[in-house]
Amino acid sequence: MPDQISSKQADDLILSKGQEGKEYLTLNLGPTHPATHGVFQNIIKLDGEIIVEAEPTIGYIHRAFEKLAERRPYYQIATITDRMNYCSSPINNIGWHTTVEKLIRAEIPKRVDYMRVIIMELARISDHIICNSVIGVDTGALTGFVYMFQKREFLYEIYEEICGARLTTNIGRIGGFERDFSDKVWKKIEQFVTEFPDVLEEFGGLLQRNRIFMDRTINCGPITAERALNYGFTGPNLRAAGVDYDVRVMNPYCSYQDFDFAIPIGTQGDTYDRFMVRQQEMRESISIIKQAMSRMPDGPFHAELPEYYLPDKEKVYNSMEALIYHFKIVMGETPMPVGEVYHCVEGGNGELGYYLISDGGRQPYRLHFRRPCFIFYQAFPEMVRGNMLSDAIITMSSMNVIAGELDA
Amino acid sequence: MVLNKMNGEIRDRIVKDIHTHFSTAILKEEMNYDFLTLTLQKEHVIPVIRWLYDHEELRFRFLTTMCGLHYPDQEEELGLMYQLHSLENNYRIRLKTFFTTAQAEVATLTGIFSAANWMEREAYDFFGVRFKGHPDLRRILNVDDMIIHPLRKEYPLEDQTRADKDDSMFGR
Repeated sequence: MPDQISSKQADDLILSKGQEGKEYLTLNLGPTHPATHGVFQNIIKLDGEIIVEAEPTIGYIHRAFEKLAERRPYYQIATITDRMNYCSSPINNIGWHTTVEKLIRAEIPKRVDYMRVIIMELARISDHIICNSVIGVDTGALTGFVYMFQKREFLYEIYEEICGARLTTNIGRIGGFERDFSDKVWKKIEQFVTEFPDVLEEFGGLLQRNRIFMDRTINCGPITAERALNYGFTGPNLRAAGVDYDVRVMNPYCSYQDFDFAIPIGTQGDTYDRFMVRQQEMRESISIIKQAMSRMPDGPFHAELPEYYLPDKEKVYNSMEALIYHFKIVMGETPMPVGEVYHCVEGGNGELGYYLISDGGRQPYRLHFRRPCFIFYQAFPEMVRGNMLSDAIITMSSMNVIAGELDA
Repeated sequence: MVLNKMNGEIRDRIVKDIHTHFSTAILKEEMNYDFLTLTLQKEHVIPVIRWLYDHEELRFRFLTTMCGLHYPDQEEELGLMYQLHSLENNYRIRLKTFFTTAQAEVATLTGIFSAANWMEREAYDFFGVRFKGHPDLRRILNVDDMIIHPLRKEYPLEDQTRADKDDSMFGR
């Protein structure tokens, strides 16, 4: 380019003279944007910095779980459920086990229920830790995240002690657990429930009444209770909008009726309320774990279900019946009742449902997962319309959309 | 555990009321564990859901889930399952409808529940059920240029042309 250009050349460089007025900017947010915490794509139409329209595209990590489940024996499906909401996989595992137990009408010992409650509440805490600390990160406060993640790491150590795995836990079996909790597990849980409340308080102290955080999150991505119900919201996102629907209270499973806990609710349904509801739920979870530990009943750690629960190795080698059952279970030859069941648990994000049709075969005839993320994420465009672009980011992280659960 | 607080008396009343309002709508009525399951005629599904939604006492105002079904041995092989929840009363109900592949067109539920939008797109994607009046009926989880509806039973899970996998070794 010459240093000087003629006025004619300058005229040519002006791109389009066009009419005066607005022009929207279309922005592709994702699928691998670091701020979306997962594989989500949003095609966003912007007027300056204000969102006019958002269109989510999902399915980037679709793994056909419902089809896969049609070719797997019941006990192998637990590993599929791990990979849905991988932030709280024990809840998914136990949800699946209880669904099968409902199908076979199994009687579960109280001790198993209480152990399950402890694990599920630990998982709920680990789920909420991710969500809340990430809201902090997205508003620019990294400290709380690192601080909370030390405790989350500790939770993974507890899982590891119970089942040997950290992320995709495959915890428990149909009928109970594969082994009783060791003393080390009890000691670690004890340590967690004594240490965590202080950490939570300190984390809350960083954000809850922080002027910058409040300005940033209050009135950001709000939804009314009516719209939330119409969109099929469940879990903390629905409770933040002011509806006290919690599966644990409305349809108690795993002896949740034995425990005394509150359902925290919000009023505005905005990012701040979702944050606060999760904060309070973590406190309630700690209280549930304490109650379960103090009232832990004695008894077996699994139900007496020889046709569905793998026998001890010792027995397999020494007794004929145990050997037969062992083979029958592993080869998937145990009879299943014909029928259809729907069972749901309160997952980290809401009502996690399993709709199972059994034709009596070794694998389900049809299995449908009610994934809370899939259902409430469709409200995202409505929630961010008219907000700033940066609000869309924290709205999404406060909804706690987990890609694995969204796409199944 | 029981998910449903609906007792026998209320069940009978719902069935009777649907009978009086929609005469022949109910094809089959059954109890599946704790769920009242009604199989309805295709054209009556949306009116019945609307009636349950508007009912002053029952108030089924929450769409829990919805999914497609496929029974290749039946004459009306494709189906849909809707599950409604009345949060005030803690009643749950399951509605089903069946139709042939050629007539796989059902009225949309998006006019009543916004949540039905993606659920119907999922049912379209995996079973090829078309929803009349749906605002944006596209595939949702699979790629746009896929030509099959993969959850139908005629599509096997694994590539059947592969010779290196011998299923008989695994008891399948």
